[in-house]
Amino acid sequence: MRYPNALLISCLCSLVPIVLVQTPVFAQDTVRIAYIDPLSGGGASIGEVGVKTFQFMADEINAKGGVLGKKLEIVPYDNKLNPQESLVQVQKAIDAGIRIVTQGNGSSVAAAISDFAAKFNERNPGKEFLFLNYAAVDPVLTNDKCNYWHFRWDANSDIKMEALTNYMKTRPSIKKLYLINQDYSFGQAVRAAAKTMLSAKRPDIQIVGDEMHPLLKITDFAPYVAKIKASGADSAVTGNWGQDFALLLKAAADAGLQVDWYTYYAGGTGGPTAIKQSGVNHRVFEISEGHANIPHQASQDFEGVFRAKYEIGLIYPRVVNQMRMLAAAIDEAKSLEAPKIAAKLEGMKVDVFNGGDGFMRKDDHQFFQPMYIASFGERSDKEPFDEEKTGWGWRIITRLDAENTMLPTSCKMDRPS
Amino acid sequence: MLELILISTLNGVLFGMLLFLMASGLTLIFSMMGVLNFAHASFYMLGAFFGFQISRYVGFWPALIVAPPLVGVVGALVERYGLRNVHRHGHVAEMLFTFGLAFVIEEIVQMIWGKAPVDYRIPALLDFTAFTVFSTNYPAYKLFMLVISIGIFIVLLAVLTRTRVGLIIRASLTHPNMVAMLGHNVPRVFMLVFGLGCALAAVAGVIAGPALVTQSNMAGLLGPILFVIVVIGGLGSLPGAFIASLLIGLIQTFAVSVNASLTDLIGTFGLTLDARSPLAELTNVTVAQIAPVIPYLLLVLILVLRPTGLFGTRET
Repeated sequence: MRYPNALLISCLCSLVPIVLVQTPVFAQDTVRIAYIDPLSGGGASIGEVGVKTFQFMADEINAKGGVLGKKLEIVPYDNKLNPQESLVQVQKAIDAGIRIVTQGNGSSVAAAISDFAAKFNERNPGKEFLFLNYAAVDPVLTNDKCNYWHFRWDANSDIKMEALTNYMKTRPSIKKLYLINQDYSFGQAVRAAAKTMLSAKRPDIQIVGDEMHPLLKITDFAPYVAKIKASGADSAVTGNWGQDFALLLKAAADAGLQVDWYTYYAGGTGGPTAIKQSGVNHRVFEISEGHANIPHQASQDFEGVFRAKYEIGLIYPRVVNQMRMLAAAIDEAKSLEAPKIAAKLEGMKVDVFNGGDGFMRKDDHQFFQPMYIASFGERSDKEPFDEEKTGWGWRIITRLDAENTMLPTSCKMDRPS
Repeated sequence: MLELILISTLNGVLFGMLLFLMASGLTLIFSMMGVLNFAHASFYMLGAFFGFQISRYVGFWPALIVAPPLVGVVGALVERYGLRNVHRHGHVAEMLFTFGLAFVIEEIVQMIWGKAPVDYRIPALLDFTAFTVFSTNYPAYKLFMLVISIGIFIVLLAVLTRTRVGLIIRASLTHPNMVAMLGHNVPRVFMLVFGLGCALAAVAGVIAGPALVTQSNMAGLLGPILFVIVVIGGLGSLPGAFIASLLIGLIQTFAVSVNASLTDLIGTFGLTLDARSPLAELTNVTVAQIAPVIPYLLLVLILVLRPTGLFGTRET
């Protein structure tokens, strides 16, 4: 009973914007970027952090004169983490004259937008839009399903797992491992990569659990934690992000579960607080492209200003890279047309935000950059920043230069002629 | 294994009791007024947000006392000035009214508190470990939730079966006209029951808010489950709602810990399935993965096999 009605209403609602955009107002003095991510429901907490980060970067670029003399403007759209809803929002943005779309949360969403970009841009020459992906890391997006209009700034899941398992290989304390991931394309990619890579690098590790749970729908992880506990695991690998990581660790804290966590997104909103609660000091490891405590003056200064403004740490160093590269590409292309910007982004080499070389690989539009493994816990003098007022912060354990993170791609890029 | 079973039972009973706090009000309202209240879970959400807001000013304990009656008053007003006027246009109109109300409440909550989760914390007084089962800690707050919900269940049962008010309510359930003839103000009884049902949902909201996540989609996450409980338990049956709540709570918790799949089941008969068979995708799905769907499967089964529900006396 409930669903047909909800469907009807959402259909009616989706008609409203179509009616409204009959007379689009083009603001010629700004360059607008559509930010399409969850701003309601389980993903809202990280979606809002994303808006702030993009806004901060737009402000930075605008303070230096903007791009081609125009100001950047971030326009947020709520996609409710739903691929169909996202396409409605992308269409809205396009109808409003926006030619640059960015999204990050949910590889299922990114796949839908990437696919839509390929079709739309082929059918609408002269109206192409760019899809800048700042966080969706399912490897297929830059492999089998790669697409010319899609650019990715976060290291894909396989790159991260390769680095993470190389580190896990050196940890003899890992004997029984539990995998817990979100049940969708990205979670499945994490679990598959973890299994194949570990069976090659550490065949002695016993995988005692392989859990897939619904994405961002669980409010109490206690049953899952009870299961991890019963399995006798000493370590766990999870690709969980947002609320799914924070609540998992919160439940682990409540139950007193003490394992080592190897993660992708422990630093997301709510994560550090939950880690502190569970008291696993330097036993949560995260692979990412940057952390507040990387000894690099420029990024630490940036971090200070960012924190002073928003009272949160910078979770997305990649957004800094993405926005600076976008601005550089527009300036080089001297154009706001997507095909010209894309041509400049391809193969672009930069100094990345946290220091070191990075480049956008032309073959698959995957950005390569130094990657770091860090653990979260009590700080020493060398670690100036804590997270979420817990007093605990990130400690860098290893750094991999961009060339050491390279993986081959199966992408056969279809370039517009 | 024993540890897993014990902890899962505790978790399941707790979840079931929370569901019961909501389902009890829903089933009372449904059986008395014939209104399937789509907005019922919204009152649970209102309870959580009222609790959060009040606790910021005066702390958690006063919030626990103040928020449910407030939500109850809101519910009573909705009945008096909304539902009662719509009532004369029949049940479809009433249902559409509550359906719209759910959206309105969600929008209002988003306008006031935003779409992101709010920082609703467990009171410091209860932020410790109550006891340890083998090596698993059981938080005091969860124990507190359990005690509160069981306490309310007992009070509710006592009021309905042992007091004069309960007598009138039960009489109004089955013979509203006769009760009116005897000089009781039946519309007022309806209003009070609606308000009481909303207040019960709000209690669940206030105590579940800190343990789960207080955000504007929490009503949507729990709403559908409530209907499952009311249907399985049987309309208007409080014991039915109680059993069904516990059943759903336990099923959902235990299903998560079962890793068996169809492939395993077939395996026990000595057959092995090829991992590359076209059905492998389906047969390899574990019970844990389909845990969220199981209540709805149960709903369908009950509607087919026993439309009155476990304890109901009339058809859904």
